[in-house]
Amino acid sequence: MSDSRALKPLFQGAAVVLALGLTTLVLLATKAPPLAAYVNIARGAVGTVSVALDVLVAWVPLLLVTSGLLVTFTVGLWNIGIEGQITFGAIFATWALRSFQGGAASGAIDPALAIALSVLAGMAGGALWAMLVGALKTFGGVNEIFGGLGLNYVATALNLWLIFGPWKRPGVASMSGTVPFDKALWLPTINEQSRFAPIAVVLALVAIAVVFALIQGTYFGLRLKAVGKNPKAAYLLGIPTWQYTMASFAICGILAGLAGAVQVTSVYHRLIPSISSGYGYMGLMVSMLVNFSAAVAAPVALFFAALNVGSIQLPITLKLDSSLAGVLQGTLVLFVILAEGARMRFMKKGGRKA
Amino acid sequence: MLIELRDICKTFGPVRANAGISLAVPPASVLGILGENGAGKSTLMKILSGFQPPDSGSIIIDGEAATIRSPADALARGIGMLHQDPLDFPPLRLIDDLILGSRGPLRPDRKKAAREFRELAVRFDFDLDHEAYVDSLTVGERQQLEILRLLWLGARALILDEPTTGISLPQKQKLFATIRLLADEGMTVLFVSHKLEDVESLCDRAVVLRQGALVGSSEPPFDTKRLVELMFGKEVPQTPRYKIPCGETVLAARGLCLESLRLQIKDLDLEVYAGEVVGLAGMEGSGQAIFLASCAGLERAVAGSVCLDETDMTSRSHHDFKREGVAYLPAARLEEGLVPGLSLEDHFILAEGKRGLFIDRREAEREAVSRIASYNIKGRPDSPVESLSGGNQQRALLALLRDKLSLILVEHPTRGLDIESTIYIWSKLKERCSQGTAIVFISSDLDEILQYSDRVLVFFAGRVSPPLSAEDLGVEELGRLIGGKGWERFEASATAETAEASHV
Ligand SMILES: Nc1ncnc2c1ncn2[C@@H]1O[C@H](COP(=O)(O)OP(=O)(O)OP(=O)(O)O)[C@@H](O)[C@H]1O
Ligand SMILES: [Mg+2]
Repeated sequence: MSDSRALKPLFQGAAVVLALGLTTLVLLATKAPPLAAYVNIARGAVGTVSVALDVLVAWVPLLLVTSGLLVTFTVGLWNIGIEGQITFGAIFATWALRSFQGGAASGAIDPALAIALSVLAGMAGGALWAMLVGALKTFGGVNEIFGGLGLNYVATALNLWLIFGPWKRPGVASMSGTVPFDKALWLPTINEQSRFAPIAVVLALVAIAVVFALIQGTYFGLRLKAVGKNPKAAYLLGIPTWQYTMASFAICGILAGLAGAVQVTSVYHRLIPSISSGYGYMGLMVSMLVNFSAAVAAPVALFFAALNVGSIQLPITLKLDSSLAGVLQGTLVLFVILAEGARMRFMKKGGRKA
Repeated sequence: MLIELRDICKTFGPVRANAGISLAVPPASVLGILGENGAGKSTLMKILSGFQPPDSGSIIIDGEAATIRSPADALARGIGMLHQDPLDFPPLRLIDDLILGSRGPLRPDRKKAAREFRELAVRFDFDLDHEAYVDSLTVGERQQLEILRLLWLGARALILDEPTTGISLPQKQKLFATIRLLADEGMTVLFVSHKLEDVESLCDRAVVLRQGALVGSSEPPFDTKRLVELMFGKEVPQTPRYKIPCGETVLAARGLCLESLRLQIKDLDLEVYAGEVVGLAGMEGSGQAIFLASCAGLERAVAGSVCLDETDMTSRSHHDFKREGVAYLPAARLEEGLVPGLSLEDHFILAEGKRGLFIDRREAEREAVSRIASYNIKGRPDSPVESLSGGNQQRALLALLRDKLSLILVEHPTRGLDIESTIYIWSKLKERCSQGTAIVFISSDLDEILQYSDRVLVFFAGRVSPPLSAEDLGVEELGRLIGGKGWERFEASATAETAEASHV
């Protein structure tokens, strides 16, 4: 037993090596220099203070959605609808910011309050969209994966309609999004040029810490686990199962909505068509990679954010597509899960020989 | 098939489940494997059937060393196992469940399989419809299905792990006849049980496991006393039955009508009094389970009412019943009663239903340790429930009961428990009765029904007998009623009653 636990890092190390190997093969197949590509990614992620801060900027929404997803995973749900929930958070936050715009300019409302209320609106939006998935599941019997996927499309369509319709730029609607908000309504960043907002990082860290404590140490978390592992028994044990399912959707939606609101107020300062930027799906990958436990989610999410930001320069410097980061992330998840399966098999066999 | 086990060892952390067991089972015989809860019986059987690898030791089949890596491997060699807790039953039709396990061409011949299934069913006199859904079957019927499936897949050795727990007497008799027939045809049968009388009436030889070791073996005629001593290392005295004076009405069912896919119960009237034990007897699936569920708010009545302590609870939710002090313990432990993946301690915390935010783990552990001790569970606070032996899972389920209850509804309270634990559990339940809790339980063990109930309700295909005094009821009479014989007298008295009523 004890030596099999010692084997775990070995298997995980092997998984990382294999993932790197496969990505290298992909690079070789496209006749690109692998080493240069990796060096480029590393440099792109930590080469200068400004890119390092960009990594943190990407880390925030990723960590927020991952925190939320860990809650829905605890109750045994695949919240694919997370993308739509981010988008909805962004839409609600934008709507709030747009309506505070005049008041903030005339001094009728304190900009800080306006920002805070808009962020709250974003959280409400995400929760609303998530609970819709939950309601479809509990009352309509629609599997959360199908419901979520459908609502993702609806959210995207609504977003586009707003950007090209009611909220379009004066004159010409454009893919670059709505009119930027007044500077006063931006989440405070460390300096004018940077998009790095320390408050956002704090929010993300608080989120993951709260989720960790929630799952590990509270009655609520234990009941969520019970519902996730055996709803029938959980019900007989006196847990109101559907309420807990809804609550987990709400929590996840709140965090996804917060991610959307942060993107709007501190990164883009406006609503753009692809506002969720795929962070939802990436959060699903991070959750799988950390085996659905909150303990190591923060560093792994940071690593994924670094890969993403680091590969932005690839098209320019090496004429490579920046989706290379995605390839690396995907293979990593695949191999880590594979390695865990292999370890289990190995343990069984080892037991036989011993 | 001659099966030999040599020096099988298996440990789970600190627990030595099998400590060097050697055993030979000749063909055309039934070997009984006895042992108290947690003795290591299931572990040994799972090793033989490929569900778990042994740490060391070897399996020899017909003189050849065999490595069995998986259940499919075992089955390919002709070893099939019937599990103590039926593992997984997907919502499939019987025939699909049958075909699913076969290694054949991609498109199985459904018609042929159905024909063979029917032939097998007829041969053993099993009343199974191959187009029915598996999840609509009772435990006994699932077991019959499993046997047919294993035979159909060509098993030449059958392992039955506690097959008589949870099935009715007629089903048991049918099962035993089937086993005998198969053994006489050359089948090697391993029969795991801790019911001495089952082993005594069926087996050609019996071995006893205790704490992972083989401590003795015996051949007919069996010496019951010696076997008990081998199992427990001591004698186990039977407690005499005693009666607790009954209090006021706790549960009242009036004109209750219930319906399920296969049967209807009409106009059921029953009053249960504080401190009383009511046993529900009948073949599995005769209506007792839905009646019990309806008393817990888990099954909607078509008509009639259920009252608790004079509050009408008809069509209220199970959680409302729970708040009124009703506890319901299901038969399927790992499917409905416990949460696999969570520890004993977690279960106690959940069952307590405390409000608050943070769990005080130290307090919880103390509580868990004391509950584990007072219910004699072999396990630690952090043991996942699925790692407990079957009997210990049942104890855990009982240990989850809250302290103050007005009514306990139990399906098969001692299913899977050895004699010692059975006596122990009932002493616990009776203790509750003396505090004023009423108990309604289902059992397919006639002796248990007669030994522990004050009154008995017999169910047969949706018909329900009036409450019968357990003291005046003999085993034979109860058996006949369960089998659907001798019901005329109730009708006679019922018509007499109505006649009387119309007179007035
Ligand atoms: N997967 C497991 N992990 C940890 N411990 C286990 C596991 N399976 C069995 N055990 C332990 O091994 C011991 C033997 O268990 P086993 O299930 O073989 O008992 P049993 O004789 O079948 O008992 P019962 O009559 O209660 O079914 C028990 O103490 C049990 O807790
Ligand atoms: Mg067992």
